[in-house]
Amino acid sequence: MNRILAVLKKEMLQIRRDRMTLGIVLMIPLIQLLLFGYAIQTEVKHIPTAVFDQSLSPQSRDMLEAFTASGYFDVTLSVNSYAAVTQSIDSGQAKVGIIFPPDFARSLHRGSPAQVQVLVDASDSMLANQAIATANSIGLIKSQQVLLQKMPNRQLPYDIRVRPWYNPDGITAYYMVPAILGIVVTMTMVILTAVAIVRERERGTLEQLLVTPIKPLELMIGKILPYIAMGYIQITVALLAGVLVFHVPIRGSLLQLYLLTLFFITASLGLGLMISNLAKNQMQAFQMSFFIMLPSILLSGFMFPRAAMPRLIYYLSDLIPLTYYLDIIRGIILKGIGFSYLIGQVTALLVFSIFFLTISTLKFKKKIV
Amino acid sequence: MEYAISTRNLTRCFGDFVAVDNLTMDIIPGEICGFLGPNGAGKSTAIRMLCGILAPSSGSGTVLGYDLLQETEKIKPKIAYMSQKFSLYDDLTVIENLDFYTGIYSIPARQRRQRMFEMLELAELGGREKALVANLSSGYKQRLALAAAIIAGPELIFLDEPTSGVSPTSRRQFFEIIKQLAEKGTTVIVTTHFMDEAERCDRIAFINQGRLMALDAPDQLKQQFINGCMVSLTVPEPMDHLDKLSSLPYVQEASLHGSHLHVLLAQEEDIALLRQNCGYVPEQITPSLEDVFIHIARQRKEGGLTS
Repeated sequence: MNRILAVLKKEMLQIRRDRMTLGIVLMIPLIQLLLFGYAIQTEVKHIPTAVFDQSLSPQSRDMLEAFTASGYFDVTLSVNSYAAVTQSIDSGQAKVGIIFPPDFARSLHRGSPAQVQVLVDASDSMLANQAIATANSIGLIKSQQVLLQKMPNRQLPYDIRVRPWYNPDGITAYYMVPAILGIVVTMTMVILTAVAIVRERERGTLEQLLVTPIKPLELMIGKILPYIAMGYIQITVALLAGVLVFHVPIRGSLLQLYLLTLFFITASLGLGLMISNLAKNQMQAFQMSFFIMLPSILLSGFMFPRAAMPRLIYYLSDLIPLTYYLDIIRGIILKGIGFSYLIGQVTALLVFSIFFLTISTLKFKKKIV
Repeated sequence: MEYAISTRNLTRCFGDFVAVDNLTMDIIPGEICGFLGPNGAGKSTAIRMLCGILAPSSGSGTVLGYDLLQETEKIKPKIAYMSQKFSLYDDLTVIENLDFYTGIYSIPARQRRQRMFEMLELAELGGREKALVANLSSGYKQRLALAAAIIAGPELIFLDEPTSGVSPTSRRQFFEIIKQLAEKGTTVIVTTHFMDEAERCDRIAFINQGRLMALDAPDQLKQQFINGCMVSLTVPEPMDHLDKLSSLPYVQEASLHGSHLHVLLAQEEDIALLRQNCGYVPEQITPSLEDVFIHIARQRKEGGLTS
């Protein structure tokens, strides 16, 4: 106990003296959150659109009006040839091209389908999906209107009513802010602890510790504890920014959020400590951290839904602590659910923590070479 | 008598290289034993094995009565180790470093202040308690490292080249502290390159190429290994004379010591012969440990050729 306290106190003093790291630890959540919270929008609006209207009729103007009124398409270019449309998409001036054929109004009049061609730059898949879905539904809605006008006494056969729960307005920040919070915490925690043992090895202070009666587990615990506090400070900063700047609603219990976060922090610290015990120097520790962090972020379901992943990758993402924490933090913040729904995730994080800490302790031999 | 350290055929290899080769030695409690030998002789490796932070490849030993292979963790609370490299925390102050080690050695809270005070006194660090270690001069750092290592009052202290890179005044100061500790009954193992330090040890272990060549008191070593009459010769261009002198029948050994030559003659009567031969006046001297060291190292080399 004495020895754990001694290590704890020493680590705190060192952290306090290392102003640079301390600053980074506090600024990272703030900057990342502001940056990504604003920058990352999965909902693409105001897509620059080029229009080639050969019909020049009230009907074509009415249809175009429907496109712009949706808010997804901004007509930025009006051109006079098909080639000009192609050229504007090639050059990136426009992402979408809308082409009305000369017989658009006539076809509509005759009752045969009036065609509208919508060209979409699908090199950006997120934008393309949005544009395609919106264009299709505009087509359907306009068709419905025409049909209902022709047959005023009929009703539509189906009536599907969609209710988007938890985030009815589809605000990306609500979804992103909790996830970014998780990423920031795991990133800083892993990297900070990854260098914790290695640094002592490099500086020669570890050799001195090895000849003392300290036990590996005591050293690990003493090193981890101050960083748990750092993790909580980070989370508090990030939550405050999320609530004050992005107005993210916290629907669940804040107390539960803080309690369950503990397991995520310990899992991240354990991972960092394990890296620290495996790496020979700080450079290696950094490289290993990045090697693990990038897939963690991409496969955790932070941006790309896990449901869309191939089986193998899906199971692989089960091995990432962040995956479980995203369930926990999105669950508590957005869905307002509590511990009873999250037992599985919490257990997983607990298992990770114990696993990493055990490996670190076993791997840490009180020997040099 | 129970020895402080007792080893039998202690060996450590790194790949094909035998760093410590069948080390068998007994260290008497309360003595200062100097490990003397060239760089790479295996002194540090031997000390690391004795501290329990490096596993021996073969052989056995006890340190303070505990088995070197099985009970290393029982040894650790009772020993102190100071490595060649300064190994305290640069970003902590003097007192914070000491405080850390009082915790690591589980010194009871009410004794801590007292112990730290004693250590500051011993290491003559008074007035610098709040100084950041990074800003201390090397002499101070060295004494602080010692103070931190011995804060729990160990029975046995290992010092691996404690005085390298330290000013002569600091070296002397440091060795005084070691003497003080030994007088209180602490056993001290110290490696050094400096002959003047070696002379002050109770016994000296000569280690060369991983092997223990001799272990005895400095005076004993001189008597044991230097048979004959040692003279010092001051000549211009001593290098040129070295080979010529070595080939003379009555010269047993000749070696270079700075600008002088040390020549070992079979008997005192040969001084006159030497004087006639080279034309300079030889001066009879008592052999130094360095002479012994050179003698032993040379024996080993020649022996190595025949065996």
